[in-house]
Amino acid sequence: MKNLRILALALVSITTFSSCSSDDDKATLVNEEEVITTINATLTPQGGGTPVVLLSRDLDGDGPNAPIVTASGNFTVGAIYNGTVTFLNELTNPAEDITAEIKEEGDEHQIFFQQTGLGTFAYNDKDVNNRPIGLNFVYTAAATPATGTLNIVLIHEPNKAGEGVSQGIITNAAGATDAQVTFNVTVQ
Amino acid sequence: MAGSLCAYSQNTISGSVTTTQNKPLDGAHIHIEELHAMSNPDGSYKIQNIPAGQHRVVISYIGYKSLDTLLYITGSTRLDAILKPEATQLQEVVLSANNAVPKNVIHEQKLKTETIEKYSNASLGDALKEIAGVYTLKTGNNIVKPVINGLHSSRVPVISNNVRLEDQQWGTEHAPNLDINSAGKISVIKGASALQYGGDAVGGIVLVEPVKVLKDTLFGKTILNAASNGRGGSISSSLHKGAEKGWAWNAAGTYKYMGDREAPNYVLSNTGNRESNFAGDVKYIGSDYDLSASYSFYDATIGIAKATHIGNVSDLVRAINSGRPNVVEPFTYDINAPRQEVQHHLAKLNFNKRFSDASTLSVQYAFQHNSRKEFDIRRGAFTNKPALDLTLVTHSAQADWKKETDALTLKSGVSGSAQKNDASPDTNIRPLIPNYSKYDAGVYGIASYAFSDSFTAEAGVRYDFSKMDASKFYQKSRWTNLGYDKEFAHFITGDFGSQWLTNPQFTFHNISASVGIRKELDNGMQVLANASLAMRNPNPSELFSDGLHHSNGTIELGDLRTDKEKAYKFSATLLKSNGSFTFEATPYLNLINNFIYLAPTEIEYTIRGAFPVYRYRQTDALLAGLDLHTNWKIASNWQHNFSFAYVYGQDTTKDQPLIEMPPLNIANTIRYTKENWHQLFLELRSEAIFKQTRYPNNNFNVDLPVNGELVSTPVDVSTPPAGYHLLHFNSGITFNTSQKSTVTVGLSVLNIFNTTYRDYLNRQRLYTDDLGRNFQLQLKFNY
Repeated sequence: MKNLRILALALVSITTFSSCSSDDDKATLVNEEEVITTINATLTPQGGGTPVVLLSRDLDGDGPNAPIVTASGNFTVGAIYNGTVTFLNELTNPAEDITAEIKEEGDEHQIFFQQTGLGTFAYNDKDVNNRPIGLNFVYTAAATPATGTLNIVLIHEPNKAGEGVSQGIITNAAGATDAQVTFNVTVQ
Repeated sequence: MAGSLCAYSQNTISGSVTTTQNKPLDGAHIHIEELHAMSNPDGSYKIQNIPAGQHRVVISYIGYKSLDTLLYITGSTRLDAILKPEATQLQEVVLSANNAVPKNVIHEQKLKTETIEKYSNASLGDALKEIAGVYTLKTGNNIVKPVINGLHSSRVPVISNNVRLEDQQWGTEHAPNLDINSAGKISVIKGASALQYGGDAVGGIVLVEPVKVLKDTLFGKTILNAASNGRGGSISSSLHKGAEKGWAWNAAGTYKYMGDREAPNYVLSNTGNRESNFAGDVKYIGSDYDLSASYSFYDATIGIAKATHIGNVSDLVRAINSGRPNVVEPFTYDINAPRQEVQHHLAKLNFNKRFSDASTLSVQYAFQHNSRKEFDIRRGAFTNKPALDLTLVTHSAQADWKKETDALTLKSGVSGSAQKNDASPDTNIRPLIPNYSKYDAGVYGIASYAFSDSFTAEAGVRYDFSKMDASKFYQKSRWTNLGYDKEFAHFITGDFGSQWLTNPQFTFHNISASVGIRKELDNGMQVLANASLAMRNPNPSELFSDGLHHSNGTIELGDLRTDKEKAYKFSATLLKSNGSFTFEATPYLNLINNFIYLAPTEIEYTIRGAFPVYRYRQTDALLAGLDLHTNWKIASNWQHNFSFAYVYGQDTTKDQPLIEMPPLNIANTIRYTKENWHQLFLELRSEAIFKQTRYPNNNFNVDLPVNGELVSTPVDVSTPPAGYHLLHFNSGITFNTSQKSTVTVGLSVLNIFNTTYRDYLNRQRLYTDDLGRNFQLQLKFNY
């Protein structure tokens, strides 16, 4: 009998402490500041003309929806373009421009342009170690009409001293991919 | 000096400790002055190195009257003790050569103190691997989880000091938050038959108990370890004040400092670790009751190999194809991202009361505070911000009652717990595990009856109630993608633009049960047979996971529809514990209904690139296997140990193998001992791990840029690595420094031939090789 009483007492005390625990554990909306949702590569013809804007937007971040990838127009055979790449986080309001941060930490980032037959990409900026970042570049379109894919890849903590890396060859870059977008491009 | 040392070591005392009903007492304390030992599950014990002459021998066990006698010890003396319950005042000494007959129907496999000390510089998981049928699931080499008969994590609860460890055990890269050095006893029960600890141990239970000393004495132990691989070591010290009555206490602390580990061909960059742990308890022992308070703190910083951080599938393919880690830096002690910072506090109050009718009542309350911060490689300002920051607080209380009469043992108890998880939003990353509250209550009853001296049967049943209440944001796109918009609209409590705030709630009622028998056969062998039903509720990870896992480059998705698992396990153990050749063989069959597993289902594209999506699914599973362990005393100085474990895991619905089943593994140990030469022992251990040939093919193709073109590329994440064979050496020698103190010097070499290998159950196997050769020096002071 005595045992039963003690057991009952234990049960009562358990119920008491569980029922008095507070209910203020609602989740707080997380401010996703680090996510890259948008990549914008704007290529302006040297000597003027309408820029070509390559845009990739993924407004649900790592959610199930795939990025929406667009190109505003085609490139002209043999033309030379001054290019810039910007990175945005449009999950925050107002949208956050991550480009400045990448520039500031230029020695920990590099952008690679992977393609074949579309022409040549040359870096037009430098980090503190005189190695390219790729936020600014010069694109020389192919001399003959071509269509293909252009991959723009942002690598975090690449081995920038790796062989060929400063020439834009990704093979020895290692690091982790922060962004990777494939654009369908036409040179005509 | 040397002469006197030799005289010490020639005398041993051994025997068994049993109750008046001839039940073995597991964990009884045997003291001869400063020497002490604990009895094994079959009640047997042995103490070596005793100076010849008359000694006071004390054998004690909680709830039983201690045996205290003077004995003239010379050569090999046998003392079989029969202890009476505390309530009676009689005590009895029987000197005989008979072996005790264990009556427990549940087979508990215990690690020897020597084994626990051998892994002083490693972890609980590493030590448990010495038990046949226990494998390890690793993330690198510092995060080690036990796998029992092919199952791990939520299916293998760890009970520390009679408290179920709530340390976010659901995660495959969350190791038990426990210092192996604070353990006095570590054992494994395979399956869910020990209902007093819960009804959800689909795989098995790991029991860790602190040192218990019931004799008026004060003694201590300090272990110093140095390891060549990792270029660091640890120090662990403990003091124990025992008492038959009055105050007793224990205090233990460990500090560990290790740098980068090395594979045979390169440094595993960012794989150092640090640990600072403390455990202590105070106990007051009265005439028929005792009251104790204990506290332990575990604090670890664990580096995760930098090479395993990947951004997307392109990086994964590069890692798999190159066969070498993409980051190899010079050796350092520094630990950068990725890393885990884990802290676990456990405080407990316990009251035991013994009644005159040979029954005992134990009431306890425990508080646990678990904090886990995971740091990832992040951009700029986020470098020092954890990517995951979870705090899990658990209150639990239980009352257990036990009554033993001549043939009948009754056990019953109730338990309840309240748990709250808090996911910090300051990480700026949507948390993988949401905020939640969980309430559990359980009640059990177990009866065991000895029908004869050679036959005991046991049956038990348990009921558990569980209620979970979570608060989580879902991206609207994900919510719809998972089909929740139709089924779970009632969970939505708020609209925040692109996200829903939801309040998922779940209630579970579970029944678990177990029946078992133990039969002594005529030839000194025993057979134990057990059938159990276990039910396990889905854990937070299986329900709620929602996001990117940087360590394996996958998007992991839980499912709110996940139902509880039901496991029917049948096992038998054939034991032979007498003679120069002993063995135990345990065949088993585990049928799991609604088995929860992760399977790749599709590829998703984000701005980072492509990722395979792994979803938690349910199926029916069958696990069958055999664990075998033998010990052969070849000659007085030579001993051979053999263990073998094989598990066959099959998804019976899809008719394909289960993922991540431990491969066939065989270990052979040859041991040479020379007791009169300072208890010298030399040991050679061979570990053969075969290639797992049964695995599901989860390989997938993904479009990756190759020279500017998108090429469909196969990603081989399924093929298990080749089998491997490792050879280890271990040795020890003990010196008596005074009447009351000894020093043991141990030297070991792990992976003698610096063999390059990867293990199927190491989550970093796609990125790096496993550990190379490691020389370890251990100094142990007993005082």
